[in-house]
Order: sequence, then structure tokens, then C-alpha cells
Amino acid sequence: MELKGRVHKFGDDINTDYIISGRHKFKTLDMKELAKHVMEDLDPDFYAKVAKGDFIVGGRNFGCGSSREQAPLAIINADISAVVAKSFARIFYRNCINTGLPVIECDTDQIDEGDELQIDLQAGVLHNRTKGIDIKIAPLPSVMLQILSEGGLIEHFKKYGTFNFN
Amino acid sequence: MGKTIAEKILSQKSGKDAKAGDIVIADLDFVMGQDGTSPLAIKAFAEMRATKVFDPARVAMVIDHSSPSPLEGVSELHRQMRVFADKQGINFYDIGDGVCHQLMPEQGHIIPGDLVIGADSHTCTYGAINAFSTGVGSTDLAAGLIAGKLWFKVPEAFKFVLNGILPAGVFSKDLILYLIGDVTADGATYMAAEYGGEAIDALSVEQRFTISNMAIEMGAKCGLMEADEKTVNWVKAHSQKEFATVKADDDAIYARVKEYDVSTLEPQVAKPHTVDNVSPVSQVAGTPIQQGVIGTCTNGRIEDLRIAAGILKGRKIDRHTRLIVAPASRQVMLQAMREGLLEIFVEAGAAVVTPGCGPCVGTHNGVPSDGENVISTANRNFKGRMGNNKAFIYLGSPATVAASVLFGKITDPREFVK
Repeated sequence: MELKGRVHKFGDDINTDYIISGRHKFKTLDMKELAKHVMEDLDPDFYAKVAKGDFIVGGRNFGCGSSREQAPLAIINADISAVVAKSFARIFYRNCINTGLPVIECDTDQIDEGDELQIDLQAGVLHNRTKGIDIKIAPLPSVMLQILSEGGLIEHFKKYGTFNFN
Repeated sequence: MGKTIAEKILSQKSGKDAKAGDIVIADLDFVMGQDGTSPLAIKAFAEMRATKVFDPARVAMVIDHSSPSPLEGVSELHRQMRVFADKQGINFYDIGDGVCHQLMPEQGHIIPGDLVIGADSHTCTYGAINAFSTGVGSTDLAAGLIAGKLWFKVPEAFKFVLNGILPAGVFSKDLILYLIGDVTADGATYMAAEYGGEAIDALSVEQRFTISNMAIEMGAKCGLMEADEKTVNWVKAHSQKEFATVKADDDAIYARVKEYDVSTLEPQVAKPHTVDNVSPVSQVAGTPIQQGVIGTCTNGRIEDLRIAAGILKGRKIDRHTRLIVAPASRQVMLQAMREGLLEIFVEAGAAVVTPGCGPCVGTHNGVPSDGENVISTANRNFKGRMGNNKAFIYLGSPATVAASVLFGKITDPREFVK
């Protein structure tokens, strides 16, 4: 899977309340509607700025806080193709894999707002086209790679009816 | 080689010799969801083409986050939960019953040695009674409802050795805020925090819940404690189930160990907008406060209400300050009623509201206005958390909140605690 897009850069400790606020998430299961409010408390214009395939790039501890799966789902429905960060909080990380949103762990100091990235998940390489550099990405545990490649945990259960790892 | 509590529980539940770093599929003793996460899980359950939960007696759903419903959209999601609960015959807690993390142990669902998942990040609370309990998202919840199992990466452990006894007026909330400030919001990411030492031994089980509840705020997967006589008595008073407690081996391997002396700790306050932005109360005393909140899964238990009522008794809160009190459950509310605590709160000028999470998660029941400062006994102070991204949230113990609302400014509670 190769992903291409522009960077929307955020800092450390981006929590799931910032990704999708409790003000919105309790009201509806309409993820297209929730997507309009992604990152709203940090950047009210965020949704309007995103082009299909863009990336959210953060620092340390991305996705900390609440277990709300509306966070990755709203990101997916805002047409973001992957989240890239130095490290992730564990519940968010699992939720992304389960919902089929690629999460990429790597050094993000050399990635800036507006940079163009190209990510090859199989090869494990992130190419910053703007800066002309390659950044190594941490491999996913095999269980997660399998769930992600099957399109998420719902698809996994549809196929096997329970957990069935290679 | 010895094992940590987390390794022992995951070994037992997976039938494997589980060591930190391994991936295991383990049997779940209990599975819980609340109204912010269950509707998506119910949807995923249907999409996974499941028809029955693995064991209705081991499943609970709780309406607590927006309870009672403030909006028609929420009402529809609540309706879906009620229909699912009726059809599946699971344990179900409706509006007014209380906050999920109070109800699960209080209603006897959780016992020492259990492996529990809950679709709420503060599921780590039950570590205080020696259960490996951890938060998951809605799709993992759906998988757990169907299979009665989940895959886990066996966490490394971070041991906190807490020596000394907390001084008067300093509570378990102050201690956990201090620890989070020290190790930071990702200091224990993906690890099993283990809290022990004489400071923990000296605490009541209710006070211990506050510490395990906030393990997630240091990134931990669970916040475990060993079981002592107090734990065993507490669990026996709440549950009919048989149980065996789990102790770490003396030669267990810890990725990190930190020792603290808590005997000179001051009350602590987390400042906006992160939980690890912690100061002793003396450094923030005098900060004006427009609203106080006492309650939530962190500090809405009967002991918390007694501490707050002890300070508010016979006094009035500042006339420019509001106070919201939300007991953690119907049982807590009834007990507080019987003890006359609710009368003290109401007389002091508080608004006592339905047991639930409302004010903490910004759904309803006390959204602050722009520029206001709130001091709350909750566990999160993220920008926008209480429903307004232009408000500022401070976190403290029930005593600190009660003392602060008396004067309309952050106040050291120690002189009011006998």
C-alpha cells in the first residue's frame, strides 16, 4: 500500500478529545458528520483544509486519553490516509488498526506543515518529497499487520468469526 | 524467572507462559461498555454477523456519559443500547444507576485475578482490587462480546514503591497527580503500572481506586495493586463470587522501578490543559474559580463525599462560584442521603445532579463559559474537555475542590481537614 499526501502537523500529547470532542461524539454514529469536527478545538479550519489522502503528523503520545473509536473513524472520514507520530497511546493505536487506519511510528522532527510525503507501508519507508529524505518507520507487530491488511477487525471477524492469526 | 501481576493474570487466562512482549489471546472474565462507546460496538457486532454475546452474565452496559439524555440524538443511541441489552439478557444499568467504573466493582462484577476489558479508558480502575482491567475501543469491545477473548500484548511493568504515610489533608488523588506530574503523560505507555508500598497499604480500598483510575493518565495499560486483607474484605462485601488473589513474584522483572517518600507531600493540582502539568497547591493558591465539580469515576465515592461535606458543613460557597456534586452511583447517593451529606451540599449552595459522567466529559450538566476556571475532582483537564475549549480546568482532591469553592479561589484544604 503506497500513500501520498500533504502534512498537517501537530505537537505532542494530542488527545482524543482534541481529535473529536465529547461535545459532538455522543450525539451520533454519523461519522461523516463527526469528521467535520476533527481537530476543531486545536484548529477550527482543519476539516476545510484537508485534501483527500493527507496525513496528520504528531509528536509524542499521539491519541492519548479517552478510548473513543470515533477518533480514528472521524479521521478516516475526513479523508486522512494515515497518522504519523513519534509514539502513540496504546488504546488509540489499537483502535486505528481495528478500524483500518494506518498508524506510522517514526521520528517526525524532520516533517513540517505542508510537506509532501510518500509512504510505502510494505517496505517500511516514509519519503519526505519536500525535503528529499527517507525516514525509517517502526514495523507493526504481525497481529496488527494482519488485521490492518484484512481491512480491520470487523473484516477479520466476518471472515473467521473469531480471532484467527497466522 | 519470576512474574509480575500482569504476567501472572495473562498467563492464567491464556494458558501460556506469558512474558512481557509476548502476544497472547486470553479469556475475558468481564466485558463492559458505556453509552459513548457501546452504540458503535453494537453496530460492529451486527457487521461482524454475530447474534449472541459469549456469556450474558459476564457482560454489562451502562448509560452514564450522557445521563439522562440531553439531546434526541443521544436518546436514540440509548434506545439502541436498551434494545440490545434486552435481547441479549446482559447486565444493564440505566440513567441514575451510576458511573460504570463505580458500578462494576460495587455491584460485584469484578474480583481479584480477573481479566476485564471495558470500552472506556478508565477501565484500569479495577486494578485497585487486583484485576487486570484495561480500556479498549468499540471494535475490540464487539470482538470481546462475541468471542469472550481478546488479544493482548503482555505489558512490561513499572513498579511504584510508595513509602511513608500521606499527611492529613493529603489524599490518594494528590498522590496520583504527583506521580503523573513526575513521570509525565506517557511515562508508563503500554506498561502495567504496579502501585505498592506502605502508603498504599494505609489507604482504604476506595482511596486506592482513585490511583488505579488515573493509571491511564500516565499512559499505562492497567494500574495494578496487590490484594491485602482490606481488598479481600471489600470484595467479599460486594461480590458473591469466589476468588484467588494474585501476587507478583519476589524476583519478578520490572522494566522500571521508582521509589517515593510521600510523608511530606502537599496537596497537588493539575493545571490546564494537561494532567501532567502538576503543581503543589501552594503555587496555584489564589487562582480565581467560577465552578467546582465533585464526583466522577475518580472521586465520586462515599468517602470522597464525606471529605467534601466535612469541609462544607455549616458553610456557604462563594457567591460568585458554583458547585456541582455528582455521586458516583445510586448506592453512593442513597448512602450520602442517609448520612445527611446531600443536605450539607445543598445547604452550602451546591447543585446535586444525577450520578453520571456529564460534567467531566462535556456532554451536559455544567459546561463552563468562555474564560472560566473550573476546579474538578475528575481525571482530565484537556482543553474543551468539559464542553468549552475556552475554559480552563484544574484538577484536585475532593478536599481541595471543597475548600476552593468556599472562597472562589484555589485554596489549600489542609486547615479545614480535621
